[in-house]
Amino acid sequence: MSAPRFRWHIAVFLAPAVLVYTAVMIFPLFNTLRLALYSKIDQERVFVGLQNFYTLLGDPTWSDQFWNALGNNFWFFLIHMVVQNPIGIALAAILSHPRLRFAAFYRSAIFIPTILSFVIVGFAWKLILSPIWGIAPSMLDAVGLKSLFAPWLGKEEYALTALSLISVWQFVGIPMMLIYAALLSIPEEVLEAGEIDGITGMSAFWKIKLPLILPSIGIISILTFVGNFNAFDLIYTSQGALAGPDFSTDILGTFMYRTFFGFQLQLGDPYMGSAIASAMFAIILVGVCLYLFGIQTRMRRYQL
Amino acid sequence: MHKARTNPFNTAAMHGALILYTLIALFPVFVILINSFKTRKAIFREPLALPSADSFSMVGYQTVMKQGDFFLYFQNSMIVTVASLFLVLLFGAMAAFALSEYRFKGNMLMGLYLALGIMIPIRIGTVAILEMMVASGLVNTLTALILVYTAQGLPLAVFILSEFMRQVSDDLKNAGRIDGLSEYTIFFRLVLPLVRPAMATVAVFNMIPIWNDLWFPLILAPSEETKTLTLGSQVFIGQFVTDWNAVLSALSMAILPVLILYVIFSRQLIRGITSGAVK
Repeated sequence: MSAPRFRWHIAVFLAPAVLVYTAVMIFPLFNTLRLALYSKIDQERVFVGLQNFYTLLGDPTWSDQFWNALGNNFWFFLIHMVVQNPIGIALAAILSHPRLRFAAFYRSAIFIPTILSFVIVGFAWKLILSPIWGIAPSMLDAVGLKSLFAPWLGKEEYALTALSLISVWQFVGIPMMLIYAALLSIPEEVLEAGEIDGITGMSAFWKIKLPLILPSIGIISILTFVGNFNAFDLIYTSQGALAGPDFSTDILGTFMYRTFFGFQLQLGDPYMGSAIASAMFAIILVGVCLYLFGIQTRMRRYQL
Repeated sequence: MHKARTNPFNTAAMHGALILYTLIALFPVFVILINSFKTRKAIFREPLALPSADSFSMVGYQTVMKQGDFFLYFQNSMIVTVASLFLVLLFGAMAAFALSEYRFKGNMLMGLYLALGIMIPIRIGTVAILEMMVASGLVNTLTALILVYTAQGLPLAVFILSEFMRQVSDDLKNAGRIDGLSEYTIFFRLVLPLVRPAMATVAVFNMIPIWNDLWFPLILAPSEETKTLTLGSQVFIGQFVTDWNAVLSALSMAILPVLILYVIFSRQLIRGITSGAVK
């Protein structure tokens, strides 16, 4: 199969995908990293080296915002990891139970929030949690917990956690589906062998199934990480570009949007925006590399 | 044998947990939908009651129809989604075929290059994308969005489709070659029909994020003529914050198309995820 002549059809098959992908994704990505090294001085684009990064990390007006957004983003991610993924795994474990009736119905219904847009999710929860409408307080009242109610989205100390939980509500379907798929692929013989040894019910889950689905949990974690550090829409629709109250829900996505696109009185600065984008790129890259080289290669995979 | 698995108490507990979570998942959608059909008074007096003869009202929908050009937004979303999906599938399948069928220098490298985009979000390059679209005059056109979504969808499409194309039998393709078919005919007439299920999976995976995206419409195509349904409802609701009827109706109208699509495609979607296409 070694043809000495150039096989044109290979080039024809590859060209459209490679061209669009390179021109619209890879090239702008590197161009953004490059733009981070420039600045606008007297209406002209000037090369300034790492100046933008010094400003971002050194100038208090910028660095305060940056660390605030980064810290908030980590909290956002943490809540997803400790709430979304365990709930998703638990639901999947129940759903994968053999002979469970209506499993298909539950599965489809629980996945519905995931298909809704952030605009719908953001506004719907904003209305439900609104003290004006009073659905949340009256429901808490019904179970005698009215004193717990607070306008969560409007309070600095709760807003970010509330939004993280809303995002968890929306995306629980994804870990649920992926873990469900992983659980279904465990052969019946393995579970039966465990049963003969007296490992059933909960202990079968902890001792047999969980170790077998660890690779899927790893994939979910890295998907969650990339998704969270790239999030923007939910915060923007429910709290606006200013990520209020008082920037308490500001994450890297909204910070980058405000910086490069401008808002109200602040003019957009594409170069500082690029610097923030580069920082996001670095964070995501570190996360993905940690996963690929630190976790995935060490994880034991079982031949099923 | 399966004693522990059929314990009635366990079964009840499992159904209890699932019903509880299903209620949590559906409750907000349900509240929005029922209240969009009620008068303003009824929305506030009894938010959890179903609309009755007394409280039934379509006033919100009337406002939405008068004020927002939802049909145009819907049409824009349709054009962008369908065109992007078509290009992702066509270009993705072609590239996947080249990578899985032929052995050539740089095959591995090309595969890795195209896979980079699976993990790196395209949003990181937004500043340069906007600059490029401004320079080429594509700002505020649907073409800009289609290009971006095509690029965004290609990496995963190539990855999934090439996995599937490796399973297509070599004998079939070689029989075609002996019959004198060109490589293009083999691809379009023999291979594509065989990977249709995988194509459907890729289409469903891409459809939802494209339809729901707010970031790129907001930045690349915010003009009135090019607003997508997601951006259009965001702007509309932002303007009508105090008109609860209009806001609830606009939300319901944004939910409905997605819900219908989901009902049609949910089996495909769930089968796609559970068949391990993304493992």
